[in-house]
Amino acid sequence: MKYYDKLIFELSKQGRVGYSLPETCSKCKGIEAIPASLLRSKAPELPEVSEVDVVRHYTNLSQMNFGVDTGFYPLGSCTMKYNPKINEEIAAMPAFAGLHPLQKELKGVDAVYEGMDKALAAITGMKHFTFKPCAGAHGELTGLMIIREYHLSRGDFKRTRIIVPDSAHGTNPASAAVCGLDVVVVKSNANGLVDVEELKPLLDDTIAGIMMTNPNTLGLFEKDIRQIADLVHAAGGLLYYDGANMNPLIGTVRPGDMGFDVMHLNLHKSFSTPHGGGGPGSGPVGVCEKLVPFLGVNVSGFNGNFGVILRAYAYILMLGRENVKLCGKLATLGANYIKESLKDCYKLPIESVCKHEFVFDGLINDGACEGKEGAATLDVAKRLLDFGFHAPTIYFPLLFHQAIMIEPTETESKETLDEFIEVMRKIAAEAAQDPDILHGAPHNTPISRPDETTAARNPILKIQDECAC
Amino acid sequence: MAGFQYFPHTDNDIRAMLDRIGVNSLDDLYADVPKDCLYKGEYDLPEAMTEQQVRDFFEGLAAKNPKLKVFAGAGAYDHYTPAVIPYITQRSEFITAYTPYQCEISQGTLRYIFEYQSMICTLTGMDVSNASMYDGPTAAAESMRMMVAQAKKKNTVLVSDTLLPQVRGVIATYAKYAGITIKSISAENGQTSKKALEALIAEGDVAGAIVPSVNRFGIIENLEGMADALHADKAMLTVYCDPSALAVVKTPAEWGADVAVGDGQPLGIPLCYGGPYVGFMACTKDHMRKLPGRIVGETRDKEGRRAFVLTLQAREQHIRREKATSNICSNESLMALWVTVYLSLMGPEGMKQVNDLCYQRSHYLYKKLLETGKFEPVFDAPFLKEFVLKPLVPAAELQKKLADAGFFGALETEEGYVSFCVTEKRSYEDIDELVKAL
Amino acid sequence: MSKIVEGLKYSETHEWVKVEGDIAVIGVTDFAQKEMGEITYVDCPDVDDEVEKGSEFGALESVKAASDLFSPVSGTVTEVNEDVVDDPKLVNEDAFANWIIKVQMSDASELDGLMDAAAYKAFIKE
Repeated sequence: MKYYDKLIFELSKQGRVGYSLPETCSKCKGIEAIPASLLRSKAPELPEVSEVDVVRHYTNLSQMNFGVDTGFYPLGSCTMKYNPKINEEIAAMPAFAGLHPLQKELKGVDAVYEGMDKALAAITGMKHFTFKPCAGAHGELTGLMIIREYHLSRGDFKRTRIIVPDSAHGTNPASAAVCGLDVVVVKSNANGLVDVEELKPLLDDTIAGIMMTNPNTLGLFEKDIRQIADLVHAAGGLLYYDGANMNPLIGTVRPGDMGFDVMHLNLHKSFSTPHGGGGPGSGPVGVCEKLVPFLGVNVSGFNGNFGVILRAYAYILMLGRENVKLCGKLATLGANYIKESLKDCYKLPIESVCKHEFVFDGLINDGACEGKEGAATLDVAKRLLDFGFHAPTIYFPLLFHQAIMIEPTETESKETLDEFIEVMRKIAAEAAQDPDILHGAPHNTPISRPDETTAARNPILKIQDECAC
Repeated sequence: MAGFQYFPHTDNDIRAMLDRIGVNSLDDLYADVPKDCLYKGEYDLPEAMTEQQVRDFFEGLAAKNPKLKVFAGAGAYDHYTPAVIPYITQRSEFITAYTPYQCEISQGTLRYIFEYQSMICTLTGMDVSNASMYDGPTAAAESMRMMVAQAKKKNTVLVSDTLLPQVRGVIATYAKYAGITIKSISAENGQTSKKALEALIAEGDVAGAIVPSVNRFGIIENLEGMADALHADKAMLTVYCDPSALAVVKTPAEWGADVAVGDGQPLGIPLCYGGPYVGFMACTKDHMRKLPGRIVGETRDKEGRRAFVLTLQAREQHIRREKATSNICSNESLMALWVTVYLSLMGPEGMKQVNDLCYQRSHYLYKKLLETGKFEPVFDAPFLKEFVLKPLVPAAELQKKLADAGFFGALETEEGYVSFCVTEKRSYEDIDELVKAL
Repeated sequence: MSKIVEGLKYSETHEWVKVEGDIAVIGVTDFAQKEMGEITYVDCPDVDDEVEKGSEFGALESVKAASDLFSPVSGTVTEVNEDVVDDPKLVNEDAFANWIIKVQMSDASELDGLMDAAAYKAFIKE
């Protein structure tokens, strides 16, 4: 990657043109006919650049970026699987791209939503889906609204609390708060699973339900899930499934069969749609039979992220019923392979077989000695960047202070995994010998160890904030 | 096992990996799953298609949709998408990238978001913009939450009747579960009534108000005095805007607003049946730390090089959890890149020209429609590219005539008016043909 | 070794209180600022806000974390230290010299439930 230091505004020169538009009518009035009191006083400060400038600039920016197409992302909880290119072709078809969201009776569009509804129901064991949520967290919010609506429809106004495991992703309690629910945390046991004995006393008639992911954020299958489901249902609550960890269940287990009543899926995780640098995603929400009447909850402007849904549908059609059966198993295979291959260099807090991801709790030998601080998880992550890998998820879940969460997905070859394992071993050896090699990493990237403290203390959040000094 | 192009594993690979793990089969990796959880049946999915079959399948679906020239707006606008944009956004390093948490290998993403934030700020006049939200309506809902959080004890938000129905709908959904009271500000002559706003403020408990800059009738609203009325009561003003129109109309900052929200779709994003679009949210300096969503900031790295990072993260869900400003995680990053490239290509001159073209063509259609005798004017207020008329024949009839001639327009509003929108993509020939078809 | 100042009262959530008549001057301890690392922002209430003993009144933010501040006493906020809002690293530099809020106490007997310097010193040894 080459360091390229420009911003588009810096390429601007008055009079440069990057657009191609018809001429305005010289005889007709334009904006000037609008009363000046309704017009802005000064034109916006946008760059004036040519098309060549734009193409060069953004091409150079892209060269400072890492993507799945560049290399391996062992990011736990993100499911960074390969993004098939046929999906891009489908999503870009003009006949779909040109459709206004309020057009009705589009047989070719209805077929997409119906086909996806049926396919996702088959994979998850849920009855029907809504496709309005635009992301996973948005799906969580939608699912919680459905739970609240269910209780309200029964005249049960006391259920304003939701149980969330201490290992949960931050979006779970955040979504609960946005939905007006109070969060009750249930502790995990020494095996990293929801502690059923800790759960029992929490279940009363103020509980709307429980949010869980299975496998959990440690990559461990919650074996007691049927018992948990029975307990929560008996107390009058509903079960929400956070589909972020759905990948190992594709082709093996259906959340509906485990007792979950409502769930979301992240199409940009298990269903191969690209992450886009942070979206767009799509978070369809599926429900069991009794919650179907509540699916109409209105959480976004139009029909959901149709372009993303198209991509996921293409992927599901390529997978088909045959390949779906292997998806989860191969992901789980890769995760366990890495775990077994590195547990002599990295601390493995929980020995049991994992599913698609697992957690290390830092280095076994961090090289700490007289006068030198050991290498922390952050340093391992930064050093990995030097070797052409993206770092795993770090410092999550909060249960382990030096957490390194690794998820390889089923689209990574054994060769890639072996390369990753070798590099991780090399880094562990470096740390044991001289942790300063890691402290100074990354060495081979366009920038290294930016000053995030100053960025937060004296925020510069737009070009106009620069040189205010 | 038959090969599949997305699974690189050969049988030997699988065998070797199972050996390392110390189990015999893939099923052994699920031995800890209770038997009554494992799904042993067949999946009710079609047989796997080849890539060519997938292509044919979707081409078949695409052919079932009519191809209409769009003369409607109502929150989604058919502006021209320059050829450069998809060429850039489809670059692997942008589209297959993850969220830029590892900033050293994500400077591309971080820089374009910084550019995006800067552009939203100059369009809206605000001090700070976030890295994007899902869409305009959810951004409006988030501004409602932000205003209530700021107001501490006050729990009512006023929402203008002249906002698009889907914006009001999403706001209402979020309000319901958060226990926030929504009161409607009525319209007068097709614009948010300042008198009604003041009366509602006087009723008390008002944390803020959300009003449109260009409203659902296409009218450019006069928001004079509204910010003052709200500020006098320690309440906030959010203005919902069309960012394309903002290149020429008075900015939310000029109206005295605290927050500006809207949808970036009019900035060259294809209609795509409603998504993905991109919500934007920007605010004044005072409210910076309470702005939801990701924010990119500039700093220096250890060698003194200009570097960009996600900053002010302490507001977000992965740190604050239930106390976060919002639950948002994934946003619409690639669509933010889309609009950034669009605005770079257009510049201030191009944006002015787009608006001039829209103004001229929409007023031409307006005149021609009235000349048919099938419509009556409704409002006498300045509009930009969208307008409403009172139809003297049933709207459904108009829509059918248009559809048969290859046009989409004459959308019916709650009041029974019909709305039309004309962008720079619609030629004078198109307009004449549409009028003839009626 | 965390600095501890005699004559102040301490809470279990690492706030200190200096009593000046019926005003409680409140800040965070040296131990707290060390735990936080570099403080990037101090989120404070407004003047005239009500606070309750044991309830959160704000937060300390760092790049990667946020830590709630809990009021050791109940009352009304009379002053907020703008210096600390403008320059949060003052709290890292000297946590005892840089107070955060001043509260007009509604019930001075609440102070009895707080620790003195010796008790706090023993408390943080845990």
